[in-house]
Amino acid sequence: MLHRYLPMTEEDKQEMLKVIGVDSIDELFSDIPESVRFNRDYHIKKAKSEPELMKELTALAAKNADIKRYTSFLGAGVYDHYIPIIVDHVISRSEFYTAYTPYQPEISQGELQAIFEFQTMICELTGMDVANSSMYDGGTALAEAALLSTAHTKKKKVLLSKAVHPEYRDVVKTYAKGPGLEVIELPIQNGVTDLEALQAEMDDQVACVIVQYPNFFGQIEPLKDIELIAHAGKSMFVVASNPLALGILTPPGKFGADIVVGDAQVFGIPTQFGGPHCGYFAVKSALMRKIPGRLVGQTTDEEGRRGFVLTLQAREQHIRRDKATSNICSNQALNALAASVAMTALGKKGVKEMATMNIQKAHYAKAQLVEHGFDVPFTGPFFNEFVVRLDQPVKEVNKRLLEKGIIGGYDVGHDYPELENHMLIAVTELRTKEEIDTLVKELGDIHA
Amino acid sequence: MRKDQPLIFELSKPDRIGYSLPALDVPELNIEKVIPADYIRTEEPELPEVSELDIMRHYTALSKRNHGVDSGFYPLGSCTMKYNPKINENVARLPGFAHIHPLQPEETVQGALELMYDLQEHLKEITGMDAVTLQPAAGAHGEWTGLMMIRAYHEANGDYKRTKVIVPDSAHGTNPASATVAGFETITVKSTESGLVDLEDLKRVVGPDTAALMLTNPNTLGLFEENILEMAQIVHEAGGKLYYDGANLNAVLSKARPGDMGFDVVHLNLHKTFTGPHGGGGPGSGPVGVKEDLIPFLPKPVVSKGENGYYLDYDRPQAIGRVKPFYGNFGINVRAYTYIRSMGPDGLKAVTEYAVLNANYMMRRLAEYYDLPYDRHCKHEFVLSGKRQKKLGVRTLDIAKRLLDFGYHPPTIYFPLIVEECMMIEPTETESKETLDAFIDAMIQIAKEAEENPEIVQEAPHTTVVKRLDETTAARKPILRYQKR
Repeated sequence: MLHRYLPMTEEDKQEMLKVIGVDSIDELFSDIPESVRFNRDYHIKKAKSEPELMKELTALAAKNADIKRYTSFLGAGVYDHYIPIIVDHVISRSEFYTAYTPYQPEISQGELQAIFEFQTMICELTGMDVANSSMYDGGTALAEAALLSTAHTKKKKVLLSKAVHPEYRDVVKTYAKGPGLEVIELPIQNGVTDLEALQAEMDDQVACVIVQYPNFFGQIEPLKDIELIAHAGKSMFVVASNPLALGILTPPGKFGADIVVGDAQVFGIPTQFGGPHCGYFAVKSALMRKIPGRLVGQTTDEEGRRGFVLTLQAREQHIRRDKATSNICSNQALNALAASVAMTALGKKGVKEMATMNIQKAHYAKAQLVEHGFDVPFTGPFFNEFVVRLDQPVKEVNKRLLEKGIIGGYDVGHDYPELENHMLIAVTELRTKEEIDTLVKELGDIHA
Repeated sequence: MRKDQPLIFELSKPDRIGYSLPALDVPELNIEKVIPADYIRTEEPELPEVSELDIMRHYTALSKRNHGVDSGFYPLGSCTMKYNPKINENVARLPGFAHIHPLQPEETVQGALELMYDLQEHLKEITGMDAVTLQPAAGAHGEWTGLMMIRAYHEANGDYKRTKVIVPDSAHGTNPASATVAGFETITVKSTESGLVDLEDLKRVVGPDTAALMLTNPNTLGLFEENILEMAQIVHEAGGKLYYDGANLNAVLSKARPGDMGFDVVHLNLHKTFTGPHGGGGPGSGPVGVKEDLIPFLPKPVVSKGENGYYLDYDRPQAIGRVKPFYGNFGINVRAYTYIRSMGPDGLKAVTEYAVLNANYMMRRLAEYYDLPYDRHCKHEFVLSGKRQKKLGVRTLDIAKRLLDFGYHPPTIYFPLIVEECMMIEPTETESKETLDAFIDAMIQIAKEAEENPEIVQEAPHTTVVKRLDETTAARKPILRYQKR
């Protein structure tokens, strides 16, 4: 058959069969026993030409209400942020996106250097010593942090704040089943981790204390107090953190965190229905040789020139096999590249300005809602998200908002039954005052 | 030619910017009034300060120091470095796919759910399985997901003694590592002289403690495990499950399906067989397919079709839980779906036929110059041994480095571990005969150089932007980030 991805001609094929010494391609499959041979065509859709397929899939995509057409106040771990246009131009360079893992460093210096720069930027934002080349996403990075903590401390108990993203917690609990870890969820007090409950659960079997900063509700956890309790109990201190918030907030490293993880989706990565995003994983240098995933290090070549290589590979699955600290093989290199370009474009000034603008806009939205009589149950400091109480189901409210072209906030009651009719509203730098005012007005109208 | 590209940090200069944010349009608050002083950053992160052109030049320079499939031939065994179609990239960037939020109401993402559902249906038919989840982010993640499901299955039967997972000595390193993370102990089963799983050894290691056997078919030597049905019988009779590592699916599309070979669980690497680009190491996508009796244990939510359209089914009491936030690497799944729809049933069949034709052609032409440890038809890839060259003082690593001078990415080397001085070559179906011939010529020339002028091989590469790098010092005294001097 003729296909634009398949260059072999009939003439090529005949010449090649001759060299191999067979009469037909079929003979090359003679080692597949007849009993397992698949002797019909796949019952799948017939091939479409490029223009036909493009037309069909464009129509399919248009069935979705995208957040560039609608005004979105949905966050809950995935955010609609400014993506510098240059990001897509860089990651569309096919030397990057059609390459494999840089196992041959001499012809992969571009990728390796880009990752080295990514590692540096993550260290700078989190205040940590070492960052890896990326993980699948924030949730699995957090699960790996729990595994690393328990392997390092040789203890089995994980204290996990209920103010951590519910889906992240679900992933941690799934991972915990393998090595048989005990995951204890800590209750919430005024939207942050209940410190008394944390203190009460601390004992010498606790491998790590996990909190999120800002947490699922947008609240800023008191890392200073939590660190004291965690380390007094000789447990590790693990923080899941939104790296954009760290453009303005004191980094977890400054508060003595042992492991900081999170998702760099906020930097240059579209929401794309939840993935692929870009997990990051950063540690204090004491854990350098136990960190999961790939690491890039600087070295020199035979002539003394600076170069970069994958390093400390003795930790990894392809060397250690069943003794590896993690089974992770790939990373999210292309998305780490996107995040690097976005962090570079924003730079020192832009990251701070954008983070600050998130605080400004979210606080404006909250103040407006309070002014219009809405109850905002949590009173602590917050970043770009906050919880508001409605007088009817969030689902119903969101339906009404959708009619006005607005994608409303997250239904918190979905994961926290005690917070039924509560909506988590995210306000990023992309939301204008007009859009915020419209949201407030529409919510007010529904409320009344 | 050999010129350093400075780090982006070294190009930085205060007061240059590369961004464009809207002006603040709400009344400005004093941040210190809303954030406690201890929680406001005092030391700014040292991020670069550069203009937009600086950024573009920097990354363009870096891209030129990188080899991708679009740069040249990339016969990296077991990685299926085929052409990455450009339509995939355009489809994934459509606003209705790129800019939808995972927590939007279901009625606003029907197009996305429909695509996921239809991709699941296509993958079911391609693998011969009864259900598919798209949640795992990559192959290794899929392996672990599949093993967790097998574990849940045994436990649901009250069977807690199945603590062991059997893997062949030729297996990918992720197999034993995934087994460990899923809480199993790994047992290795030997290969025979002919490169297939040793049935007698399998009978010896299998037992009431067997949770599963993990297998790649064709295996990592590129050989089809002919006794697969017998192996399935041995494992099933002992009460274990059969796990299919789909890394090598490109070899058997439309020729044999894991589901028909007796496998209970399958993971696929959509970034290999189904052209999600490798991205320099990711993101990938590792869907998992299962047979009927494992369906209750699929991670939740499951994308389903109901009377009122597509929905996410969370009502799965026996599910292993969530393996990833949200629903998988949707963006990669969109690309894989686009590819499958571009190929159709006839196209996918041709993919495998040409992939296998190309591998056999290369194998036969190179067999004269390098040792061929397994002399039989290969599938989509084959292994050579550099034993003959090693006697001349030229290692497989040297051969790989010398290939760089010819503009090629070398094969996978020193894997599988059971072949001495191994080179594992996978041409894929998207390469032309001219490309294969040119690579073969280069390999022949290197074999001759090894005999006549070994230094040129031993000292390779000669044309790359850096020479061989000191990996020992990199590991001994790690420098893992830039520090301002």
